[in-house]
Amino acid sequence: MMENLVVIGNGMAPGRMLEHLLETSRGRYAVTIFNAEPRVNYDRIMLSPVLSGEKSYEQIIIHGDGWYIKNGITLYKGHKIVAIDRDAKTVTSDHGVVESYDKLVIATGSVPFILPVPGHNLPGVLSYRDLDDVNAMLLAAQSRAKAVVIGGGLLGLEAAAGLEAQGMDVTVLHLMPTLMERQLDPAAGYLLQRAIEDRGIKVICKANTKSILGDRKVEGVELADGRIIPATLVVMAAGIKPNAGLAKAAGIATNRGILVDAGMQTSDPDIYSVGECAEVGGHVYGLVAPLYEMARVAAAHLADGKSTAAFVHNDTPTKLKVTGIELFSLGDFADGEDRHEIVLRDASAGVYKRLVLKDNRIIGTVLYGETADGAWFNDLKKKQVDISDMRDTLIFGQAYQGGTPLDPMAAVAVLPDDAEICGCNGVCKGKIVGAIQEKGLTSLDDVRAHTKASASCGSCTGLVEQLMSLTLGEAFNPTAVQPMCGCTSLGHDDVRRLIKAKSLKNIYAVMQELEWSTSCGCAKCRPALNYYLVCDWPGEYADDYQSRFINERVHANIQKNGTYSVVPRMWGGVTSANELRAIADVVDKFNIPTVKVTGGQRIDMLGVKKEDLPAVWADLGKAGFVSGHAYAKGLRTVKTCVGTDWCRFGTQDSTGFGIRIEKFMWGSWTPAKVKMAVSGCPRNCAEATCKDVGVICVDSGYEIHFAGAAGLDIKGTEVLGLVKTEDEALEVIVALVQMYREQARYLERIYKWAKRVTTDEIRRQILDDIEKRRGFYERFIHSQKFAQVDPWSERVSGLHKHEFKPMATIGIADAAE
Amino acid sequence: MSWTLIGSITDIPRRGARCVETPRGKVAVFRTAEDRIFAIEDHCPHKGGPLSQGIVHGAAVTCPLHNWVISLETGKALGADEGSVRAIPIKLEGEQLFIALASEAKAHRAA
Ligand code: SRM
Ligand SMILES: Cc1cc2nc3c(=O)[nH]c(=O)nc-3n(C[C@H](O)[C@H](O)[C@H](O)COP(=O)(O)OP(=O)(O)OC[C@H]3O[C@@H](n4cnc5c(N)ncnc54)[C@H](O)[C@@H]3O)c2cc1C
Ligand code: SF4
Ligand code: FES
Repeated sequence: MMENLVVIGNGMAPGRMLEHLLETSRGRYAVTIFNAEPRVNYDRIMLSPVLSGEKSYEQIIIHGDGWYIKNGITLYKGHKIVAIDRDAKTVTSDHGVVESYDKLVIATGSVPFILPVPGHNLPGVLSYRDLDDVNAMLLAAQSRAKAVVIGGGLLGLEAAAGLEAQGMDVTVLHLMPTLMERQLDPAAGYLLQRAIEDRGIKVICKANTKSILGDRKVEGVELADGRIIPATLVVMAAGIKPNAGLAKAAGIATNRGILVDAGMQTSDPDIYSVGECAEVGGHVYGLVAPLYEMARVAAAHLADGKSTAAFVHNDTPTKLKVTGIELFSLGDFADGEDRHEIVLRDASAGVYKRLVLKDNRIIGTVLYGETADGAWFNDLKKKQVDISDMRDTLIFGQAYQGGTPLDPMAAVAVLPDDAEICGCNGVCKGKIVGAIQEKGLTSLDDVRAHTKASASCGSCTGLVEQLMSLTLGEAFNPTAVQPMCGCTSLGHDDVRRLIKAKSLKNIYAVMQELEWSTSCGCAKCRPALNYYLVCDWPGEYADDYQSRFINERVHANIQKNGTYSVVPRMWGGVTSANELRAIADVVDKFNIPTVKVTGGQRIDMLGVKKEDLPAVWADLGKAGFVSGHAYAKGLRTVKTCVGTDWCRFGTQDSTGFGIRIEKFMWGSWTPAKVKMAVSGCPRNCAEATCKDVGVICVDSGYEIHFAGAAGLDIKGTEVLGLVKTEDEALEVIVALVQMYREQARYLERIYKWAKRVTTDEIRRQILDDIEKRRGFYERFIHSQKFAQVDPWSERVSGLHKHEFKPMATIGIADAAE
Repeated sequence: MSWTLIGSITDIPRRGARCVETPRGKVAVFRTAEDRIFAIEDHCPHKGGPLSQGIVHGAAVTCPLHNWVISLETGKALGADEGSVRAIPIKLEGEQLFIALASEAKAHRAA
């Protein structure tokens, strides 16, 4: 007697299972399949080429109608199973067909996750799962209108590329900061985003969909930040979840998916499950390779009750099927102490490769731009090959193994004389070597000056240095530049220059284009890069708070016991009864233990609990205070004396001018802290001659000082010059600070920067060259439009509110529980 | 081991941390750039600095007080410094984070 085998679902997994079963035990079972989709088994993976027009549905069919007839399989198309009766051993379809089984296979796949936002069921909102979705998208695309794809994962990007190929104007919304973050590290995510944008698709990361707008059909998508993106088609590709509901209702054990053992058997011995709906060994899967493995195992058990075939977990590589984008990701690519990484970046070719090793074995791989070696790396990982012997050349791929190791110097040595070294300026090797020899050049700067090589984008600096070593031998010492940190060989100046030259506008871009050797930087380079980007791209760069030191992240100074100090601005050191009363009230209300007058002419409240910070600021804000930035690499205080208002020696309104400077410049971020002072006469009660910038008022005008210090070093200021009016003094001070902002290295105070650049040069650019001064001044004003926001009031109104509270409080359970 | 729900992974910014108050002191919970999660005592082995307030890079955190670098995986100080903090068992189920403390504790999620 043939046994009855019933299969629920006709996707790729059961299709493969039946092929195996027919091979080994044809005739053992009478097979009946119920498929909710009204069609045969087709290659779901190839829906993207169908969407983009590269393939037709007919081309992606796996088993045509003839196959079912030939193999005597009954296929119920468009029949959805609505109940499993395990006692009677029957299944029932929505059309009322009842079929009894000896063995049952549940292969119901996944269901797309639909964001439960308002408007999610409007006509024009689609998921991306089956041929019906693709047909609906193709229909919508005929209007050539706007589409929004929610989700920047594999499915979302393939949908976006397909819709774009069909002539739609597409925007991808992605909740996370980088695309495909589950498969790619941020560096590769950045490259991918660039490639997607290059095809004309807009990408918005950190986009939190609030609702889908529209009256009777979709008209647009609204984000949580209030942005509205018009669209006539919205594709939700925000993830999938195993379709385990039917099994669960029948009392079969489920977790995220239908629980099966390594033999694909569910908690009911007569029922198996394969495909995306099955959960085995704690994993559920969304790629076919493991599903095919499930199919093989299930077929073996169905064919032979004593089979020992067992499912083993293996990582499956991810690839994106968008023509022209090469991307490969495999395994675990997080970094850690016991792991080592090998990173290769070739910025000009847009290549990024990263291998993560543990105990000299590959555990993860991310390849972007050049993926030919993916299979080889996959193989090494699967076989757990010890790579110690090829470690130095591993990242270059299989082709380099066994050959001579790559010595960069040797590679440069064999280049012909006419090989182009500097692409920007078209300088070849012969010209550089010739100039070094003839003119006796010994430093990189000399070579830049004489040949222009490496003087533009700088990406050939390494090559030029190698040429110098080759030509000069020992005499050349390239290590003169102090690298920023262990993550790069570039110094601060090079990094600053390249950020501008290459228009790098976020940290991932910098790390990729400048070939950082780590995937996420360190506590030294990240704050520096964040500052450079804030300074160079005002309004465009989104400040990366995770790269800021805690003080600048929470806008208060951390103290030795983990509490914080709060210093509100007292403009120019002037206060009032109301302000003092407000401070007194805050101190009482929040039980602040210490109140101190600082050396910067204002009041410090010390020992505030982190959780209290927003409430403290709210009260201070009501009294008109803003943050004093006592924690910031930014403008701190402007000390003043009482000047002409009261003092019998005062020559100008030093108090008023100090307040004016502080109100003009507060909020700006600078390479290191900036302290200023204005004294009303040379008696200098505001101590202006030991500040970063100081003003001594005299009868004939304003003497502007700079580059003083009174901390770790004590140094009197240099005199920049004398100007006649307060307006001019302001412009000079602002321009000076902007020049410092644009040129100094992170954490370098003005006096150290000035020593490098020389007082003469600064005077030339700020006092003598009026046009240059205006340029600096205007750039500062532009930057202030974005910087001069009180961080306290922003946070009182909810920004980063997660920072200030513990995420949970675990108490001793009360008896009632 | 008894697991206590402390919130969702999305409560923590990438390359960031938050802390959880427990009867035995604060626990710092970290999320790396690649979504790995860790929990360690929020107490630097040097002078007790709050590690949850440091800069997170790779699978390490730099203490905000004097820049010791602590491995999130082992709780040990890296580089030349010596000392370690206790790592706390943590797991992720879906988006939910659980840590394992003594069985009598229960969590109140912050709003
Ligand atoms: C509060 C205050 C001391 C006081 O009670 O008076 C103070 C407190 C701190 N100073 Fe200061 N400095 C204070 C005025 C000064 C002054 C005097 C001045 O500004 O007129 C100096 C010398 C002038 C100078 O900067 O050249 C000064 C030179 C320093 C230095 C040495 C900087 C240097 O480059 O040499 C540091 C260390 C640093 O910044 O790296 C420092 C660092 C600090 C820090 C931020 C230490 C830290 O990183 O935690 C202290 C923060 C305490 C807090 O939580 O509030 N503080 N510090 C003063 C705050 C002024 C304000 O209202 O903002
Ligand atoms: C656009 C797209 C691109 C993809 N690209 C790739 C790729 O590049 N690489 C890769 O490895 N994977 C890719 N995948 C994933 C891959 O297609 C799936 O992992 C695979 O098809 C899942 O097979 P399955 O048999 O588990 O389920 P499915 O193929 O989803 O089949 C389940 C079937 O069961 C039916 N069904 C559900 N409930 C019932 C019920 N109660 N009664 C009757 N029938 C029911 C459904 O209608 C469906 O036809 C892609 C998927 C999509 C959608
Ligand atoms: S600076 Fe000059 S004017 Fe001002 S208080 Fe001192 S002495 Fe008087
Ligand atoms: S307390 Fe952490 S480094 Fe000092």
